[in-house]
Amino acid sequence: MNFEFSEEQVMIKDSVARFVRDEYDFDTRRKIIESQEGISRDFWTMFAELGWLSIPFAEEYGGFGGSVEDTVAIMQELGKGIVVEPYVSTVVIFGGLLSASTNEALKAEYIPKIIDGSCLGSFAFLERQSRFEITDIATTAVESGAGYTLNGEKTVVFNAATSNSLIVAARTSGEQFQRQGISLFMVDATSPGVTINSYKTMDGQSASTISFADVQVSASDLLGAVDQGMDIVDQVMPAILLALSAEALGIMEMLNSITVDYTKTRQQFGTPISSFQALQHRMVDTFMACEQSKSLLYRGLCQATEVAKNPHLGSAELHKSVHALKAMVARNGKLIGEEAIQIHGGIGITDELNIGHYVKRLMTINVAFGDGDYHQKKFNQLSYSAL
Amino acid sequence: MDINFSAQDLEFRDEVRAFFASEYDEKVAQSLSSGAGEDYKQAIVSWQKKLFAKGWIAPGWPKEYGGTGWSVTQKFIYETERGAAGIPDVVPFGLKMVAPVIYTFGNEDQKARFLPRILSSEDWWCQGYSEPGAGSDLAALSTTAEYAGDNYIVNGRKIWTTFAQYADWIFCLVRTSKDVRKQQGISFLLIDMKTPGVSVKPIPTIDGKHSLNEVLFEDALVPRENLIGEQDKGWTYAKALLAHERTGMAEVADSKRMLANLKKRAAAEINGGQPMIADAVFQMRLSDIEMELMALEYTELRVFASMASGGTPGPESSLLKIKGTEISQSIHELQLQLAAYYGGALQGQLSNQQLGHDFAGEARKSYMYGRAATIYGGSNEVQRNVIAKAVLGL
Repeated sequence: MNFEFSEEQVMIKDSVARFVRDEYDFDTRRKIIESQEGISRDFWTMFAELGWLSIPFAEEYGGFGGSVEDTVAIMQELGKGIVVEPYVSTVVIFGGLLSASTNEALKAEYIPKIIDGSCLGSFAFLERQSRFEITDIATTAVESGAGYTLNGEKTVVFNAATSNSLIVAARTSGEQFQRQGISLFMVDATSPGVTINSYKTMDGQSASTISFADVQVSASDLLGAVDQGMDIVDQVMPAILLALSAEALGIMEMLNSITVDYTKTRQQFGTPISSFQALQHRMVDTFMACEQSKSLLYRGLCQATEVAKNPHLGSAELHKSVHALKAMVARNGKLIGEEAIQIHGGIGITDELNIGHYVKRLMTINVAFGDGDYHQKKFNQLSYSAL
Repeated sequence: MDINFSAQDLEFRDEVRAFFASEYDEKVAQSLSSGAGEDYKQAIVSWQKKLFAKGWIAPGWPKEYGGTGWSVTQKFIYETERGAAGIPDVVPFGLKMVAPVIYTFGNEDQKARFLPRILSSEDWWCQGYSEPGAGSDLAALSTTAEYAGDNYIVNGRKIWTTFAQYADWIFCLVRTSKDVRKQQGISFLLIDMKTPGVSVKPIPTIDGKHSLNEVLFEDALVPRENLIGEQDKGWTYAKALLAHERTGMAEVADSKRMLANLKKRAAAEINGGQPMIADAVFQMRLSDIEMELMALEYTELRVFASMASGGTPGPESSLLKIKGTEISQSIHELQLQLAAYYGGALQGQLSNQQLGHDFAGEARKSYMYGRAATIYGGSNEVQRNVIAKAVLGL
């Protein structure tokens, strides 16, 4: 039993950490966010050259053949720099869905383009009415000729403003909330009938409302079997939640260490405020909140590894763990963010300081793929409904 | 990362499991659940004698003094299996508290005289640390031991002494020098409870049981040979012991078992025709605890894994006591909540059947006594002070 990252993982982690430290300072990040595209294509090319975009993909497509552990190691470091380039959207989510699909032609076409940095992708699943229920899908894909016609609207599609390709969840059969009947389609972002309205989000990234009006896709654009799209989504969801939680953990670690350091230098009443017990105990609580979150992350990782090794054992425990993880990250992230602001005092609420920007990314992660209450409820269903 | 135990370790786990299953039967469990009284002492001693006979009574001791010689992993597995089987830990005062001080700092005579009788549970020990004026600030203690002839003359009052009513011996911190820094004038003395001038007075607690006591010393004569190490160095020895005490305070396996019980009970408690386990609000309270416990289990594994690989525990080890006790208290709270009206009943001789409820008494008592968990072993506030200083450098 051990909870260390491997030598190889430590090397990757270190190289991401070096990038964040040496090249991604707060001003650089601010300039990127204020730029036309809102991301740095130069950095994205650099990620490709350093091999970071290849990590989770199978070797047969030119990937590194890595595991969830590898992406988690990267995400934790990217979180420390609140890097806005869409690693999660493109590599973990879009790439993850693609990897889990059974459409070999699509994989052979798209995965190499993700790896070389030329393809950025987003997953369009959410709709106005659906809040956190992925299965609440009204967008339709109706068979027509050799393909399908898509009609409907997707909201809050993360990072679609810079994506060339979209994976769209649409209903090919069944009722609005049914799990069965949802299919995943690869759609070119410039296809006729696709209209993308993008906006900035508070974390320095972007999202889009996308409408589909008689968009034609071919049957070969289906990611897996028709009507069975949720199988793919469910299969990838633990990796998505683990990656987002790892990013959140990196942020929590930063917030805690910045805050602890600040109290050691800030003087009031003739003494550093770190000497006040009222503040010390709050910082101990945020330290514990961070360590407990890390422990649940490791729990999820270990179980993901076990499921990958022994698929026949089933993934019920893994799903319970990642629901618990996302719920805890939401709760502890909120605590740590709010305490960081409070302990900094007035300066904590200024735009100039990095604290607020870390907090805003945490808040965005907290709602992504379901907020804390949503995941806790899912955890409850899995844990208690059979008792 | 790798969560798996080796094949040998799994074999060991099965052996421990099988032993507990065959030896810790319903009768033993029943006798140990009574809580207090002479029967309780006998039940514990007879269970500990079984462990002694098996050679498993003191996994923490060096092998030369009667330890098991187990690896860090085996010790961890043993503790986990014990908690999972619902078996109470051994009474710590002799085996886990004074023994390490004796085999580390005591002389050969003391080792020969005391260790075998601790190992076999012939002697029952209690701890004489806290005093009315020395709680979290333990070094402020004022019980004195004056050296005269070949004896120390001990005067003072110790408090919160668990199971002093059963004890044959007490290990005490006493003041032997004044006018020095308060930590420097303290000595570590072993005192026979039958010594004239030593008396025990019960302190009834809010759970209605008698486990705590006051121990009074009035001109009690303690032979010089009962001093551990050097005079005035007792604080150093006690601090080493506290470090020993802090490991394994998360009690994850015990909490997991209590939580599993709680869930069974929640499935049987009905409100408005629906079991409490199906109640959405109750489920949230339950999972608040369960998620923290799932995390703490891995925090403990992280600490254990770094020790097993020969390293020292990381900063995460410091939160084990705080989180462990917070979790066990919140399980007690929810259990009492589950008992509803019945939680207030002082049952006396009334049977569960007559009362109309089958775990209310236990729920009340464990809630009430459970409040002590965040106070003893260094209150959780003191623990936070320690983390602030040692981990965060504040």
